[in-house]
Amino acid sequence: MKYTVEEILEVHRMLSEEDLDIRSVTLSINTHGIISDNVEKVIERIRELEPLAKRFSEVVDSVGEKYGIRIVTKRIAISPLQFLLEVLPSSHALEVAKELDELAIRSKIDYISGYSAFVDRGISRGGNAVLSTLSAVLNSTSRLSGMINAGSTMGGVNIDAIKIFVDQLFEMRPEASARVAIMSNVPPDSPFVPSAHHGLGMPDAMINIAVSGPGVIEGVIRRNKPKTLQELHDLIKRTAFKITRLGELIGRAVSKELGVQFGIVDLSLAPSPKVGDSVAGIIEAMGISKMGGHGSLMALAILIDAVKKGGAMATSSVGGLSGAFIPVSEDYVMSQRALDGSIDFFTLLSLSAVCNTGIDMVGVSKKQGKDKVIGLISDVLALGVVLNKTLGVRVIPVDEEPGKVIDLGGLLGRVVVMKLKDIDVSAFTSLSGYMPSGIKRLEFG
Amino acid sequence: MENAVIIVVGADKPGIVAGITSVLAQNNVNIIDISQTVLRGVFAMIMIVDISQSKLPLSKLREELQKKGKELNVEVSVYHEEVFKYMERV
Repeated sequence: MKYTVEEILEVHRMLSEEDLDIRSVTLSINTHGIISDNVEKVIERIRELEPLAKRFSEVVDSVGEKYGIRIVTKRIAISPLQFLLEVLPSSHALEVAKELDELAIRSKIDYISGYSAFVDRGISRGGNAVLSTLSAVLNSTSRLSGMINAGSTMGGVNIDAIKIFVDQLFEMRPEASARVAIMSNVPPDSPFVPSAHHGLGMPDAMINIAVSGPGVIEGVIRRNKPKTLQELHDLIKRTAFKITRLGELIGRAVSKELGVQFGIVDLSLAPSPKVGDSVAGIIEAMGISKMGGHGSLMALAILIDAVKKGGAMATSSVGGLSGAFIPVSEDYVMSQRALDGSIDFFTLLSLSAVCNTGIDMVGVSKKQGKDKVIGLISDVLALGVVLNKTLGVRVIPVDEEPGKVIDLGGLLGRVVVMKLKDIDVSAFTSLSGYMPSGIKRLEFG
Repeated sequence: MENAVIIVVGADKPGIVAGITSVLAQNNVNIIDISQTVLRGVFAMIMIVDISQSKLPLSKLREELQKKGKELNVEVSVYHEEVFKYMERV
């Protein structure tokens, strides 16, 4: 046989038992062409995107069926709407947002992402329009998502933007707040929502791929029981190669069929709330009996380094977030460990030194006040800027007390409300302005 | 030549090979290689088939094979060969 029985059964096991799938195929398109100060023209141009969106949706379905591979979501990333709202009065923001949301629904697209703005050092007119309409827009839509980049190695961290963001966040429904993140150093080619947007310097259109597959890595570790850290690293690296190759195959196939340039494969292993599809499950397979125990950071560092090295061999087109994903509600084991107290906010902060999600999909109680959330976001974005890496915060503000669970369903999972440290930080968070870009900035010249 | 890999898993009984290969023959799909093994204690048959002259696109052929699999009480998975080429070869 061309392939050994073992090789065929290995691939079959990954795809049928260990939940290896393509988390998302994202069509990233330059939509700066919709910019006008006349809202009717903007709406008309958005509608002109529909044939491409529909064709993309059909092509993704047919590629998945052809290869026998499950593709979980189809997404479209658009140019940040900040640029449209530099020109168009913000009173039209909601109308435009709803039109985009309807475009996604009509075209069978799961998410359309790009209600986004860059406000790292200051807030432009368009940035302010996006920020100040976030809750109204996200509460009135179901598939539109967005991101506020409020920190960067070049620009610093803008605490004024963080404060407006938190004001808006506290007005959102839980499901709406799951469609927005505040970030530092967001990449221009992420296939994941809510960070996905069509960044500057990119071609007019490209296909970006997000893979899943933590269950595959967990399975290979449990079956092989490595004796040394080098063996452990090598096992993960070899498996990550195979997972990434699947992403490359599907990306290239969609790209060819649609006639759109292949962009990147994001090396991150996206978990899901299903049992056996967990990044924290990998850490526990390594021998940390509960994610969050001492040693978790090194285990996560080994995982992500091996994933990057295996992934880099599998595709020359690496991009997006390409790091370890440890969202709490979207990862079954993470949410269990949040509930049993094995992980708290400080565990998540320390893990942010090596992961790429930062603090993701965690509930916070509105009763604990905005200042602590502003402080938490500031910590994560400062870490991103100091370490020169992508990080973000996606928290779900709810009325319930810490310790409660809110079920958002589907891929979003069960949100655990975690306790923020009960220390008054309001004198610090009441300072205005921005944290100047750090010494890393000077490495660029 | 365009190939696909078919994996049939289930309790061994007469008629499985005949049932699956009859669907292939009806649709002009040629068997290139066939192998049998035991997967987690149950019968597993692996076939590599040439689908370049198939009357049906692979998605429809998969549906037909899975329909036959239900009748035979076996689980049928069908993948395009490229999946194995990408994942198992550098």
